[in-house]
Amino acid sequence: MDIGADKALLDRLLLKHAVEQFYAREADLLDSRRFQQWLDLLADDLRYWMPLNYNRPFGAWDGERSAEGRDLNWFDEGKFEIEQRVKQIMTGVHWAEEPVSRTTHMVSNVEAEAADDAIVEARCRFLLYRNRTETETDFYVGKRHDRLRRSGDSFLITRREIFLDQNVLLAKNLTTFF
Amino acid sequence: MRDGGERIHGGGLVDIDRGLISRDIFSSQAIYADELERVFARAWLFVGHESQIPEPGDFVLGRMGEESVIVNRDRDGRLHVFLNNCRHRGMRVCRYDHGNTRKFYCPYHAWVYSDQGALIAVPKLESGYHNELDRDEWGLIEARVSSYHGFIFACWDEATPDFETYLGDHRFYFDDYCELPDGTFGDWEALGGIFKWRMPNNWKFGAENFAGDYYHNPSHASVDQVVLSPAGVKGRHTYDTVTRKREVHKLNICITPEGHTARGELFKDDYDYMPTYQEMPVVEDWFRECYAKRQERLGEKSRWFGHGGTIFPNVSYSNGVQSMGTWHPAGPHETETWRIFLVPKAAPDEVKNVLRHYVIRYQGPSGLTEQDDMENWGYAHEGARGTIARRHPFHYGMGLGHERKGWPVDWLGGDVYATEDVSEQNQRAFYARWAAMMDTPPGAETRRPADIKAAE
Repeated sequence: MDIGADKALLDRLLLKHAVEQFYAREADLLDSRRFQQWLDLLADDLRYWMPLNYNRPFGAWDGERSAEGRDLNWFDEGKFEIEQRVKQIMTGVHWAEEPVSRTTHMVSNVEAEAADDAIVEARCRFLLYRNRTETETDFYVGKRHDRLRRSGDSFLITRREIFLDQNVLLAKNLTTFF
Repeated sequence: MRDGGERIHGGGLVDIDRGLISRDIFSSQAIYADELERVFARAWLFVGHESQIPEPGDFVLGRMGEESVIVNRDRDGRLHVFLNNCRHRGMRVCRYDHGNTRKFYCPYHAWVYSDQGALIAVPKLESGYHNELDRDEWGLIEARVSSYHGFIFACWDEATPDFETYLGDHRFYFDDYCELPDGTFGDWEALGGIFKWRMPNNWKFGAENFAGDYYHNPSHASVDQVVLSPAGVKGRHTYDTVTRKREVHKLNICITPEGHTARGELFKDDYDYMPTYQEMPVVEDWFRECYAKRQERLGEKSRWFGHGGTIFPNVSYSNGVQSMGTWHPAGPHETETWRIFLVPKAAPDEVKNVLRHYVIRYQGPSGLTEQDDMENWGYAHEGARGTIARRHPFHYGMGLGHERKGWPVDWLGGDVYATEDVSEQNQRAFYARWAAMMDTPPGAETRRPADIKAAE
């Protein structure tokens, strides 16, 4: 067996493992409402984008999503704006999240690739379950593309693209983080 | 309805004189079914903006009541609104959200319609129909269309007056909304995409809230503690940073007999522009220039700064974030809200970006402000469903008898009443029109005065 190939495989597995561990920790922070600590995982130059989805003819996929920086998007913002959302929840009078929802973030199908020494491109599927007050329940399911920047023995999220597989949003709001 | 007799809305379920409204109107399936017939099938409804379909052949899907419609510009440039529904078996003839086409093709039996609604092809016309199908009789079902400064409204009922009559004295307020920041009727450009989402409440909760509910500020206690305003300081409104330096009347405006409503500020004097976007020189300069032009163009009337309103029944607009929202009924207990946002077409990119960035974070399901509204509407709706709860009406009596006509200035309109700060005058006007329409049998004129007793 080619030792070089093994080394490359091992590196990829270790990277995938590191990213999966990072996502598990991130999900835990969000699901246990440690929002301030979650903010520490976001790079100052974060872009956080969730487009709308259009119904388009087969093959016309270029126009399937609303454009970042130009069209309407469910989210198209940076860390400052995310910080405001966290602050809003922590006022205790953000009625859409007061009482705070119960959430469970599931992340699977993780693929990670080192773009260079500093940057990792990661892709995954997500299932975000939300239950609030008594019976209100939402499932948000889709794909996520992240750009992670190495930071010590962990990562900072510098870009998060969130592709929620819905046309008409079935949840009344988007008060949770993806 | 409870006594088994004919249901009376005006004076019965909707008692404007006492400011009491039955919770049944939000939760009853029977009332909801009548609303679709008596309100939505007769009113002018907003379906889209011309900038969404600029070229011949362009179309965008819209919605009227519970039903899908195609809003298009045909090959000759004419606007149409068609029921998105094949005349043969009712399959949708278009399931793409937007695009450009000369034909709408039914996937079920392949009936084909032109961009002008004509039935242009039917398979087996000869062998199956023996040439006995008159295609001229089976074109797409088409609504009346009116484009008002580029905002497209449609109506199914021939007995309903034309759109401008329907608008009545609300015209001043809607014109103010349609004007660009410099006070001209120039071009607005809809940003790409339509916010579409579901909320667990009757459609009237959104309509009456946007009609003018300055009383609901406690809903937004959280957003007022964070930074949302594009000026980059605390607060959620663009005008939060400037208006406290001005003397204003904060007004609720209702238009009888049409039941349309507006809210906004009337400056007590002619004020100069107040710096709003200090951190963004291009944006600041643009708005400063627009402000001066608007003052010059409109004179005294430039003292009116609209915040928004509701065009009866379900179209709510917001000035500043320049949105057009529609509260589409989706059963008595659910609403499918659609909203578009517009920016001045000729504005610099910096201005468009600031506005776009602001609106996304203000309104809609990801908007810091509307999130809290929807939480309240959803649980208020639950409060309209209970057996015991429904024995007790909702209170709409705030400011009853304190409405003033032709005040504070005489140019606000004819059949127009105003109250200052907080009042439920606008909700009463909305429900008076609603009740009048619900009590009017199909085919009859639905415009009727709302009988406001003005304060002396």
